[in-house]
Amino acid sequence: MSMASTSALAISPRRVGAMVLRYLYLLRSSWSRVLDLIYWPAVQLFVWGFLQYYIAQNSGFFARAAGMFIGAVLLWDILFRGQLGFSVSFLEEMWSRNLANLMFSPLRPIEFVAALMVMSIVRLAVGMVPVTILAIVFFGFNLYGFGFALVAFFANLILTSWSVGIVVSGVVMRNGMGAETLAWTVMFILMPLTCVYYPVSVLPEWLQYVAWALPPTYVFEGMRALVLEQTFRADLMLAAFALNLGYFAIAVAVFLALLRSARRIGSLLQSGE
Amino acid sequence: MPEIPAIEVENLTKVYTSNGKVTRAVDGISFALTPGTVTGLLGGNGAGKTTTIAMILGLIEPTSGHARVMGAEMPRERYRVLERMNFESPYVDMPNRLTVRQNLTVFGRLYAVADLRERIAAIAAELELSDLLDRPTGKLSAGQKTRVSLAKALINRPDVLLLDEPTASLDPDTADWVRSHLERYRGEQNATVLLASHNMAEVERLCERVIIMKRGRIEDDDSPGALLARYGRDNLEDVFLDVARGRGEAAREAAQ
Repeated sequence: MSMASTSALAISPRRVGAMVLRYLYLLRSSWSRVLDLIYWPAVQLFVWGFLQYYIAQNSGFFARAAGMFIGAVLLWDILFRGQLGFSVSFLEEMWSRNLANLMFSPLRPIEFVAALMVMSIVRLAVGMVPVTILAIVFFGFNLYGFGFALVAFFANLILTSWSVGIVVSGVVMRNGMGAETLAWTVMFILMPLTCVYYPVSVLPEWLQYVAWALPPTYVFEGMRALVLEQTFRADLMLAAFALNLGYFAIAVAVFLALLRSARRIGSLLQSGE
Repeated sequence: MPEIPAIEVENLTKVYTSNGKVTRAVDGISFALTPGTVTGLLGGNGAGKTTTIAMILGLIEPTSGHARVMGAEMPRERYRVLERMNFESPYVDMPNRLTVRQNLTVFGRLYAVADLRERIAAIAAELELSDLLDRPTGKLSAGQKTRVSLAKALINRPDVLLLDEPTASLDPDTADWVRSHLERYRGEQNATVLLASHNMAEVERLCERVIIMKRGRIEDDDSPGALLARYGRDNLEDVFLDVARGRGEAAREAAQ
């Protein structure tokens, strides 16, 4: 038996790796789970891709802004699928009634969160890489052509998705499967507010303050600046990153508070509603 | 220097409040378990057995009082001792889509088990799971799943083992087989076992001490032999019924 640190904050790569392995075993055993990762992003791509194709034929602006919708839908999917990848991996423990086994094991909550973050990226890669290739083949849109900007967009979107995923998982852990719906729907409240398909200036002035409090807004504005003006807005990315760090810290604190509350009300032993 | 109890519970209380209704699931219980002993926790449904075990595991925070395992206060100091503990319960499952080997690999890594491959082979041989190692856990029968859960509970050779109804829903043959294995494990490892059960024959066979709970409190606490003598009964089931039906005091007086 190893003499591992007994601190709640000590992170063991071995335990994080064990949890990642658990989810990889699961993905490998279920072709339907893998198909599900690719199916919706591909459907979204084709709907928005053909719509953009049609509009571009009838509008000079949209012809100039080729790829704006496809870029937006792919970036939105990074945000949405990133959160879903995190939350669904957590839900797998609830569905399999395995949460108590984990919470009683030496696994630290922060290691559990780290494993879910890794799985969020793995699931995103499985789902998104084939779809970005389809975007190149069918619509001539190369997301990787964004270069370094894509790295900045991705880092900011995935950080936001993790923050939301962490809070959603905490709520489900504390309140049971009755709160599962949150995992599938909570991100959609961000869709109109973060201005995925239109500029922030379209919103009423008071709502613009809300929009600018959300990191993805900066990413979608940055993407439009890149596509329409061929300008990389580093200032927007830095602002988004600063906001993301704050939200991530708050999300982890909320998760730990919900875990403490779950221990108080005895919900770690239950996986039902 | 006095020996530190493997498990020590002191004025342990758990109160739930829901819609203004207060429920005392566990009501100020105290006991200490000597290392290397097997103790049975008896009681009807809602007696507080599972809540007590969950507080000892650190899964539920006590409202007041203390639960200590090998000297570590639970749940605050749980990471000092979790690698040396384990538990099994029919209310908790293993991931069904993973094979038995995959499940044991994941938990073996979480518990930092050395030479994991060899340990899995050994425990599979002990629990007659070798032929099932590469089958999905969800495809196994109830008895086979129980053996897999037991393999998970023993993967780290725990010094303290908590079992919540380990033979529930098993046929008599499999249940007997599980009990024999637990007896052997305790003998070989000098482990401390706390066992919650509804099966009186099981408790009589495995336990040198029995704690009877009712409505969150300890009603009685002694060796099986002493309890039988005190209540003037031939078996623990009758003792249990005396306590559960509120005639324990009368039975004790009649036996004197």
